[in-house]
Amino acid sequence: MELLITKNISKSYAAHQALDDVSISIPEQTIFGLLGPNGAGKTTLIRIITQIITHDTGEVIFNGQPMTLKLTEQIGYLPEERGLYKKMKVGEQLLYLARLKGLNRSDAVKRIKAWFKKLDISAWWDKNIEDLSKGMQQKVQFVATVLHEPKLIILDEPFSGFDPVNANVIKDEILELREKGATIIFSTHRMESVEELCDHIAMINKSKKILDGSKKDIKDSFKTNTYIVEHDQKIELANGSFVIDQQEQIDEEHYQSQVKILNGHTSNDLLSALIPTSQIISFKEKIPSINDIFISHVKSQDHE
Amino acid sequence: MNKIGLIISREYLTRVRKKSFIIMTIIGPLLFAALIILPTWLASQDGEQKVIEVLDESGAFQDKFQDTESVSFRYITGDLESAKERVPNETTFGLLYIPVIEVDDPTGISLYTLSNPSIVIVKTIKRTIENELEEIKLTRSGIDKETLASLKSDISVDTISLSTSGEEKASSSGAASVAGYLGSFLIYFFIFYYGAQIMRGVIEEKTNRILEVIISSVRPMQLMLGKIIGVAAVGLTQFVLWVMLTFAISSLVASVFGIEASASAQMGTQAQDVPMGEIDNIMSSLTSLNFPVIIGVFLFYFLGGYLMYGALFAAVGSAVDSDADSQQFMFPITIPLIFSIVVLGAVLKDPDGSLAFWMSMIPLTSPVVMMMRTPFGVPEWQLALSMLLLIGGFLFTSWVAGRIYRVGILMHGTKVNYKTLAKWFVLKN
Repeated sequence: MELLITKNISKSYAAHQALDDVSISIPEQTIFGLLGPNGAGKTTLIRIITQIITHDTGEVIFNGQPMTLKLTEQIGYLPEERGLYKKMKVGEQLLYLARLKGLNRSDAVKRIKAWFKKLDISAWWDKNIEDLSKGMQQKVQFVATVLHEPKLIILDEPFSGFDPVNANVIKDEILELREKGATIIFSTHRMESVEELCDHIAMINKSKKILDGSKKDIKDSFKTNTYIVEHDQKIELANGSFVIDQQEQIDEEHYQSQVKILNGHTSNDLLSALIPTSQIISFKEKIPSINDIFISHVKSQDHE
Repeated sequence: MNKIGLIISREYLTRVRKKSFIIMTIIGPLLFAALIILPTWLASQDGEQKVIEVLDESGAFQDKFQDTESVSFRYITGDLESAKERVPNETTFGLLYIPVIEVDDPTGISLYTLSNPSIVIVKTIKRTIENELEEIKLTRSGIDKETLASLKSDISVDTISLSTSGEEKASSSGAASVAGYLGSFLIYFFIFYYGAQIMRGVIEEKTNRILEVIISSVRPMQLMLGKIIGVAAVGLTQFVLWVMLTFAISSLVASVFGIEASASAQMGTQAQDVPMGEIDNIMSSLTSLNFPVIIGVFLFYFLGGYLMYGALFAAVGSAVDSDADSQQFMFPITIPLIFSIVVLGAVLKDPDGSLAFWMSMIPLTSPVVMMMRTPFGVPEWQLALSMLLLIGGFLFTSWVAGRIYRVGILMHGTKVNYKTLAKWFVLKN
């Protein structure tokens, strides 16, 4: 079942088309990667989903109903440009933000305390935000985003400002939230975290959606049936079943080759062809990274 | 609790708990109380009777100096130089030297003291000498005191305002002016001070980047109105605390030091020439001011004016990235306010004139100007129309401000001018 569907969303500012007919659907309890270069329209799409701005045409369906302001109480949004009231105490601030999301006071206090315990930051309740380090502030901000147990969590570049240790803590929290039933939209242009976390992705470039689907399907569709082989002798494959794209000596005794298997043949055929010519050290399929797909797509569109 | 209530209470509580608010709340009344108490206190500091020795070489002023509460006179003889060496000292405050003088050209009268004499003492001496010389001159011209007294006539004009119901009331334009000025300036100050607080609050949220988090929970308009109302509550709290504390402190200090008693005693000596009837007149004209109406009108324009300008201040805050950038937009907002203060004098001269009428109708100037007119009595239809227009003005400015605000708060680093504002205003939702 889809938690969130946007149908043919378009939005334009005076002279600038920010979104052009963008449709995405986000399955429940998945991590959905929203990818695109800066200025592609990711933030505009998120702001339309969170009802911060309105769209010109199209529809946003949340949990089977058209999106309303009331329904945004079930969304937790961590904007890219984020911050908190500097002169307000951590506890009070979280309480305020949670109650704006419709939580009552005693529930909010209980949940804040639970989160503080979990992230080991209980001593911060009475501290002013301005007395915390940037990374600590980000942690508080993350808690503020998920405190009201939203069905949909939207994270815009969530790891910026975190050191690797804390980034890992947050990553684990994100995965745990998904286990508990939350759906997460994860907007970023940092591909390594997408590779690691996302189940589904959509790519936006120049206001248009250029690609979407499950991560596995997308990667499969970009496979070229190419294998990476490491071996200790130079190889030459004379028959017409395989093409050596590239061969290089990586050190004195090792070579690495990329071999494309032509139609009708399998990886085992390639292996049996290689074995007589050289000692095989490793053999694996070349799977394109999301980063490669992303860059090749953006580049090819730029050339058009 | 609904969301706008949450916003109001946050705006209110964070401001009221600030050190600057607490300090202002305490220092304000101390200053006001000091303004009330200090003059009387200073006056009463001369309470110790001072001795002044008088060396009168002219002989015209023997026994003419009357001892008062603050000063007593002792006549001495001898020459000036030895007297100057002897006095002043610890027991005598000063030496008054009167040389032989011409009645028509009295020069060379000097008061030698160690510390500066108070104005009261100098005045007492001056008045005594002047009176004496006047009498000498009168006698020389052959007029005696009784003749002079019979020549003088004492007139006082009672001003009586006629109300439409035909009832006669003693009025005092003095009391009305004071009430008008006080109310007008308070409104002016309140709009400026707390309007700027709204603006700074919006800029703070913008630069803190918390805005986007909040407007994913509430509508921008709710946030804007919540802030304006929250800050208004802070202003009202401060105002009420000031009035109460000023009253408490001044009456406390007065009772502790017994100033009121001595002050009124002093007033009594100074007011001896004033017939009691006149004091009664002033008191009755004070009570003739229609205080319930004045206070009601004050509160209405106090809040109405603030709300209308507050929306504009919020819009300015949303359009800029820092306090410094706000100057160019603040200017047109402050012009009508400053203008209404500038014309107060003219309004006072003719509280029912056409200038006063029109400026008390235009919502941008009516809060200050109508407050000035009210103590003099304003026809009910004018008051009602002006209030309606102010409410309309508030609705209009918050509509305009809301349209700019909703776009402005999401804009960072854009160079904003009036053209941009206009563009934001017409931008569809």
